[in-house]
Amino acid sequence: MKILIKNGYLVDPKANRNGLYDIIIDEGKVWEIGNNLEVSGGDIIDASGKYVLPGFVDAHCHLRDPGFEYKEDIESGTRSAAAGGFTSIACMPNTNPPADNEAVIKYILNKAKHEGVINVFPIGAISKGLKGEELSEIGELKFAGAVAISDDGRPVKSASLMKKAMLYASMFDITVISHCEDLELADEGVMNEGYYSTVMGLKGIPAAAEEVMVSRELILSEYTGTPVHIAHVSTELSVELIRNAKKRGVNVTAETCPHYFSLTDEACDGFNTLAKVNPPLRTKKDAAAIIEGLRDGTIDIIATDHAPHHLDEKNVEFNIAANGIVGFETALPLAVTYLVKPGHLTMEQLVHKLCVNPSKILGLSKGSIEVGQAADITIIDVNEVNTVNVAKFKSKSKNSPYDGFKLTGAVYYTIVNGKVVVREKVLL
Amino acid sequence: MTLKSKDLLGLKDLTKEEISLILDTAKTMKYVLTTNNKKTPHLQGKSIITLFYENSTRTRLSFELASKYMSASAANISASGSSVAKGETLIDTGKTIDMMGSDVIIIRHPMSGAPHLLARNVKASVINAGDGMNEHPTQALLDMFTILEKKGSLQGLKIAILGDIYHSRVARSNIWGLTKMGAEVSIAGPSTLMPSGIEQTGVKVYNTVQEALIDADVVMGLRIQLERQKKGLFPTTREYSRFFGIDEKRLRLAKEDALVMHPGPVNRGVELSTFVMDGEQSVINEQVTNGVAVRMALLYLLTRRGSSENSN
Repeated sequence: MKILIKNGYLVDPKANRNGLYDIIIDEGKVWEIGNNLEVSGGDIIDASGKYVLPGFVDAHCHLRDPGFEYKEDIESGTRSAAAGGFTSIACMPNTNPPADNEAVIKYILNKAKHEGVINVFPIGAISKGLKGEELSEIGELKFAGAVAISDDGRPVKSASLMKKAMLYASMFDITVISHCEDLELADEGVMNEGYYSTVMGLKGIPAAAEEVMVSRELILSEYTGTPVHIAHVSTELSVELIRNAKKRGVNVTAETCPHYFSLTDEACDGFNTLAKVNPPLRTKKDAAAIIEGLRDGTIDIIATDHAPHHLDEKNVEFNIAANGIVGFETALPLAVTYLVKPGHLTMEQLVHKLCVNPSKILGLSKGSIEVGQAADITIIDVNEVNTVNVAKFKSKSKNSPYDGFKLTGAVYYTIVNGKVVVREKVLL
Repeated sequence: MTLKSKDLLGLKDLTKEEISLILDTAKTMKYVLTTNNKKTPHLQGKSIITLFYENSTRTRLSFELASKYMSASAANISASGSSVAKGETLIDTGKTIDMMGSDVIIIRHPMSGAPHLLARNVKASVINAGDGMNEHPTQALLDMFTILEKKGSLQGLKIAILGDIYHSRVARSNIWGLTKMGAEVSIAGPSTLMPSGIEQTGVKVYNTVQEALIDADVVMGLRIQLERQKKGLFPTTREYSRFFGIDEKRLRLAKEDALVMHPGPVNRGVELSTFVMDGEQSVINEQVTNGVAVRMALLYLLTRRGSSENSN
C-alpha cells in the first residue's frame, strides 16, 4: 500500500529541501516528493504542523546481543530505537562473544533481519577479544557487514596498535572509532574529578584522561594520514583539540551524546548511580563547550551511546555500579530542549548531527529522503512537552537519569524501509 | 528538638542546630561515663547491629560499649565471617538484618555512599561509621566535642587539618562540621593528596604545613596510609615526615595552647613526632573517651526519635 505524508515541513539539507512538501512512499521506497500530491486508497499521514526528517541514524549504541540479553536484545533494542525516531543504528562490539569475527557480525545481521524493526549496522572490534593486543580480522569484518571498528568500552592502550589499526582499516575504507581514555590517569575513578567527586569521596576521572588520548589519536591520524572518529566527546579541551586538528586538515570526526550537553557531574550527587557513565558527566563549562562544538561544526554527530543495564547493576554501591545510560528514547527531546529551543542549533543543523553526518562517517546510504531510496523517515513535533517516564521505555532497561524531566519534542512517526513502525507516538 | 533524619549518614546533611544537639547530649553521656556505674536504661529493648566491611578497633569497640552502657542488645557482623563473603548484596544483607528487628545498623564500608544505599533500603536507623573516602561523621563529632570541652566554643577557632586530605573521610566530615559551627578550617598536605575543588567547601588551602599552622587553635594530623606510597603519591615516609610531619618546632607556629589531635592509629614519627603525640598539648587519648560519649548521644537521639514516631 502506498503511503502519503501530507503537509509536513521537510528538512533535508542533503537534498536541499527545507519547506512544505508531500511525500509518496511505495514498495518501501520514496516514490515522489512534491506539492499537492494525491494517492487513491493509500495510507494518508497528516503531518501538518510537524517536521518530516530523514530517519535518525545512531552511530553509537549497545544492543547487548549476543551475551547480555537480560539487559537488551536486538528486538527490544531496535524497538526502543524506533520509539526514539531512529531508523538505522550502529551497535558496538562489546558483546559476549565480542564482535571481533565474521560469525558474530553475521549473527547480529541475521537476527536484526528477523527480529529487528529498524536497520542495524554492526561495528566490529579493533582488536581480538577487545584486548588491545592484536588486530582483529578487519578485512573479514568489513566484508561480513561491519561498518566501522572500535574497541568501545575500553581504549586501545597501545599507540602502536592504534597506528596499525588506522593504517590497516583505511586500506579497507572502514571507519576507526576511538574510545579515548587513558586508564592510568582515570585510575579507577568512577565520576568526573572535581568538586562533586571530592565532596562525595569518590575517585575522580580527570578530564585529562580523555584529552591525553584524544591528542594521541589526532597525532596518529595526522601521522598516518588516515581518518579517525572520536567517540563520546565530553570535555572542553577535547573539543578545542579537535577544532584545531580540523583546522590543520586532520581527517577527524567527532561525536557527543545528549547527556554531555544536558547534564553535569552534579547529577551524581547523593550517589545517583543512574548518572554514572563513561566518560563521566563533566562540568557546566564542559557542557557549554560541547554545545559550542556542535554549533560550529567541530562535533559532527549526536550519538546516543545507548547503554542498557539491569536494575541490579545500578542498585548497588556507586563504585561498583555499571556505567551507562539508555539513550534512544530521550535523544530527540534532549536535543530539542537543550539545543534547538535555546537557539544553539537550527533544525537543519540538527538533521546534520542526527542523520547526514553519521551516515556519511559510517558510509551508509542514509540520512536523506530521496526518490528511489529506501523510505526511512521520522516525523516529529518540536513543541510538545512530555514528562519522561522510564517505566514506559521500550528498552528492557530503565537506567536513565532523566526520569521525571519535562522535555520538549516528540517522535510521532518512524517509518523504516517504507513501513510504519511508530504511528501517532505508538510503537506498533 | 530531635534529629530530622532517621539516619546519620554524614555531617554534610546536618544543620548547625542538629550538631549542637548531639554535642550537648554527649555532655550528659560523658558524665555517665565518669560515674562508677556505667549503665543507663535508655536503650533497653533496642537492638544495635554493627555491620563492618572494614577492620576497625576503636570505632567498633566504641559503638559496642556505647550500646552496652545504655542497655541495648548489641551484635556484630564482620564482612569476612558472613554471607557477604558468599556474594550477598548490601541491600539484601541490610534487609535481612532489618527483618530481625534491629533498630540501628552501624555500618563501615570501603565504598563511599554504601551507608546511603543501605539507609534507603532498610527501616532501621543507619549510622555511618566510615564510608570509603566520603565521611566519618562520628569521628568528626567526637573531635568537635573534644575541642568544645577544651576551648568552650568552636566559633572563630582556627583549625589546621594536615596530611592526606584526598583519602580522608575524617577530614571531609570535620570540614563539614567545623565550618558549619563557625570555625575556620585550614588544610595542607602533599599536592598529590589534595582533592580537586576542596576550596569550594570554604576551607583555606595552603601549600605548606607551616602556613596552615600559623596561629592555629587546633592541629589535627591525619593518618597516612603506607600503601599510598606504593602508588607513588609521595616518595617515602621519610620525605613525608620531613615536609608534612608535625614536630615540636612546627607546633610552635600554632598558638601556645593549641590542641594536638589525631583520629588514630598514629604512625609515630611520620604524621606526628612522638614528642608531639605524647606531649602536653595532645588530647588524642581524650578523643577516644569522648568517642564513646558522642556515640551514646547519637544512639540515644536516633532511637528516641524512632520511638516517638512509632508511638501512635
